[in-house]
This record gives sequence, C-alpha cells and structure tokens, in this order.
Amino acid sequence: MDRPNTIEVEQLVREFKKGPRAVDGIELHVDSGEIYGFLGPNGAGKSTTVLMLTTLLPPTAGTARVAGYDVVHEGPQVRARIGAALQEAALDPLLTGHEHLRLQAALQAIPRAERGPRADELLQRVGLSEAADRKVRGYSGGMKRRLDLAMALVHRPRVLFLDEPTTGLDVQSRTALWDEVGRLAREDGVTVFLTTQYLEEADVLADRVGIIDHGRIVAEGTPDALKAEIGRPTLEAVPAGEDGRGNLSDLLARFGPLVPSPRGVAVRLEAGEAGLADVVRALDAQGVHVAHLELHSPSLDDVFLAKTGRSLEGHGGE
Amino acid sequence: MTSTFDQVALLARRSVIRTWRQPAAVVFPLLFPMLLLAVNSGGLRAETHLPGFPTKSFVAFALAVPFIQGALFATMNAGTDLARDIESGFMSRLSLTPLRGAALLAGQLGGVVVLGVIQACFYLLVGLAAGVRPAAGILGVLVLLVFAAFIALAFGAVGAWAALRTGSTEAVQSLFPIFFVFLFISSMNIPRNLMATTWFRYAATANPVSYLLECVRSLVITGWNGQALGLGFAILAIVAAVALSLASYSLRRRLVR
Repeated sequence: MDRPNTIEVEQLVREFKKGPRAVDGIELHVDSGEIYGFLGPNGAGKSTTVLMLTTLLPPTAGTARVAGYDVVHEGPQVRARIGAALQEAALDPLLTGHEHLRLQAALQAIPRAERGPRADELLQRVGLSEAADRKVRGYSGGMKRRLDLAMALVHRPRVLFLDEPTTGLDVQSRTALWDEVGRLAREDGVTVFLTTQYLEEADVLADRVGIIDHGRIVAEGTPDALKAEIGRPTLEAVPAGEDGRGNLSDLLARFGPLVPSPRGVAVRLEAGEAGLADVVRALDAQGVHVAHLELHSPSLDDVFLAKTGRSLEGHGGE
Repeated sequence: MTSTFDQVALLARRSVIRTWRQPAAVVFPLLFPMLLLAVNSGGLRAETHLPGFPTKSFVAFALAVPFIQGALFATMNAGTDLARDIESGFMSRLSLTPLRGAALLAGQLGGVVVLGVIQACFYLLVGLAAGVRPAAGILGVLVLLVFAAFIALAFGAVGAWAALRTGSTEAVQSLFPIFFVFLFISSMNIPRNLMATTWFRYAATANPVSYLLECVRSLVITGWNGQALGLGFAILAIVAAVALSLASYSLRRRLVR
C-alpha cells in the first residue's frame, strides 16, 4: 500500500560541534498536497532542517519521516520520493540545461527512451526551452533557479523541498516560480516544504506557516489564523517635524504597545480598527501634527514580532 | 535502478565533456610538457655524451617526463572538478539520486583516465615524430598506455581524496607545487647513476617518482626490463590503493545520508 506524502517530525535536534543547537527539538506535521512555509530569519535553522529532512545531514536526536519513511534508517526510500532545490542552485556551469536534465533522468533510472521527452517537457514547463542547449554559465539567476526546480522534478517526486527558492530573483521570475509551485501542489498533489525569508512568499503561497527562531518553532498555523491571533492592526504615524516624534510617541502609547517603525512611530491598536478615530481625535486635541497616517492590517511580520520580540523585515536569508 | 556500470559511464562522460569544454584544461596539459621537453632536449643534449648515458637521443630519455607531468594534471583535473561539485552543491544534488558512492568516484576517475590516455597518445606521437622508436615495440607502446592510464587513476585518486577531504579547489591546487618538487628531485633530467651530487642522488633514489620515470624509460630506451616495470607498477598500485581507500573513506563521510 502506498504511504502518504506527509512529513512528520518529532523532537528533531541538530547540534554542530562547538556550536549552538541549530535545530532545537522541533515538531511539525505536513499533510499530503500541502504547501508548508517555513519562515525565519538568518541562522534560525531553516536550511539545517531541510538538510536533515532530505537525508543530507543526520539529526543529533529526534525522528523525522518523509513520505512515510524514516530519514535516518530508510534514506534510499526517502530520496526516491523527494525532490529538492537547495539554497544555491546546484548546477554544472559547463553543461547545458538539456544535458543537466538528461543526466538527472538517467541517474534517477528513468528509461532511456523517456529521458529526452521528459527533459523537453520540464524545460517547457519552467520556460527554458529556448535556452535548453545553452551552457548554464550563461543563464541568469532566475533561469538557474528554474532549471534547479526542473531537476528536482525529473523523477516526479511526491514531496518537494525548496530552500529559499526565490532569494535574489526579480519579481517576474519570483511570480513565475510561485505559479509553478502552486500548480504542483494543486494539480499533481505534491507536498511542498518551502523555506523562505520573504513574508509575502509565505503569505501568498503557503497553506500553513511555521515560524522558526533560534532553532525552535515559535508559531504555526495558516497565515490568516496566525494574523487573526495577533488580531490588532498597526497604526503608523510620521510626525510633521523631527521634534514632534517624542509627543507623538507619548500620545500613541495611550492606545496600545508601540512597535518598531522605520519611518515614524507605530502602535498596535488595542481597540482594533475602531481605535483609529480616537487616535485622530487625540492628535487634534493635543495639536500634534502628522505628515502621514497609515493603518496596517496584521502581517506575518507582526506575528513574528509578537512571538519573538523582533521584526523579521530586513533580515537576510539563512 | 541504473546499474553501477551505467552510472560510472554517465559520470565519466560528464567528466570528459567538462574538460573538453575548458580549452585551457585540454591544451595546457598537452603543450606545457612538450615545451619543457623541447627546452630540456635542446639544453641538456650534451648529457648523452656522458659515459654510461643509456641512449644517444635525449628526446627518448626525456619523453618519460611528460607522462609524469600528465599525472600532475590528472590530479588537478580530478580534484578540482570534484571540489567544484562540492562547493557548488552539485555533489548534494548527486547525493539525492540513487547514485552509488563508488560509481561517483569511479565515474570521476574514469573521465580522468580517458584524458590521461589521450595525453599519452599525444606525447608518444610527438616522440615518434622526433624520431624516437620505443625499444619494446608495439606491445611496449600498449604497456605504456596502460601505465599512463594507471598513473591517471592513481594520481587522480590523490586529487579526488584532497577534494573530498577538504571540499576546496584551493586546497587541491595547492598540491601542484608539492608534486612539482617531487618531480624535480628525481631522475627527471639525468640517470641516478650519473648524479654527481651525493645528497641529490640519495633523494632521487628515495623518491618514488624516479621509479615511475625509469619504468617508462625502460620501455622507450632499453626494451623489456622486469625490475623497472615491476617497481613502476608496484609504486602506482600502492599510490592507487592508498589514495582510493582515503578517497572512499572521505566520500563516505561526505555522503552521510
């Protein structure tokens, strides 16, 4: 009987010599056909988790089963069922796109007669048909990422791991990759485990999000549920003059906890959106002038801030 | 699952294609030893008048050197390519396929051996064009090519081990000067029995590279010499066995999966 395309992780730990615990007892469950976004800042443990789940790094403790097989004791069975595009596009600059896919197909034991058509199909799917016979060293970053994804799909994996697949890509390439990943999950039923440093990516693409910080999962749920948990919108105000920042902070602090704002002063409104009118009235009454006033709905960054006390915006990838 | 033989063939083919697409990696190993041969043959020709010098043709004497230089290039090619695969993550990609570790190593070295034999054919053709006629005849030429393949395998394994141990192209390339020192402190330019400087003669006698050179020379200059052939092949067998064991161990550690 076919095993489910799930990912099940229990108390997974990875310690490096003379280093901290990169992954510190995480637990997670990803359902078949689900897109799971693994969100976190630099060094949070995202890539280390992916390396363990793809059998490339043995865990120090804990268990993980991918597609129903144990990553430590049933590595070959796991590898036969997964595809992975790791953080750096793992390509040979001297081979062409077509040669890459044919080599990958051959190593994955796809019958000789099917290798060419499969390579052509994947190149077309990721929009690289015209560049198929060019050496990879002439590809742009986006093209390399797309070829990397195509290589991960050669053997029709049931579980796909994507480690920061869109880092460094332009908006057009990023959107194209999102479309393809979404299609894989919806139409082919592929389970996708996606690490990202982009809040928008997790928000748009993931069915559920796990937020990792210092090797621990600090929040997990659907993007909407996580944001609803925070519940309150943020009001950002930019003072009309530099000297008005102090007064503005004092005033806004009456309406909720202040949160970091790069442009001015921001407050998470305790009273929700209804509190906006009270703030405007108070600003008017106190004679505090503002140049800009903006109400933000809760974002995943607000969730991260609420759970860790730090903002994820502005962090690089792991 | 693809058979181990198919996996080796696939990776050997990739190795050859990679080298072929880097003209410097093809041209330099062919031309540099020939330039050195030309310079040495011109400058050291007078050595052939020394009593006891084994041949009247210095080209015939010096033709053994390119074979050993070929070993250096094999080391660099095998090691650098593997280290690049590790640095770029391509090794991780291969690790995620059903590829067997032995096939990965054999495939990489298979490509190096093919290129080593092509180099040896080129050196032999240049030697023939310069009037050298191998004393051991056609069979001797075949043994020379086998020896060249064995050199590429043994020293390629050294490069592969360095790459797998360190994962760094710089570390692999740092081996080049070390091998070059071994080559220069050998019977590269003069037979050991004619070396006047005692310490140099001792150093050349202790240096395994001297016996590799003398193995090639025996086939080119003196004909069949069991002792020279035995020593040459035995040294290569030891280098290959040690280097392949170390490379396999490092590969297993790198492919903890």
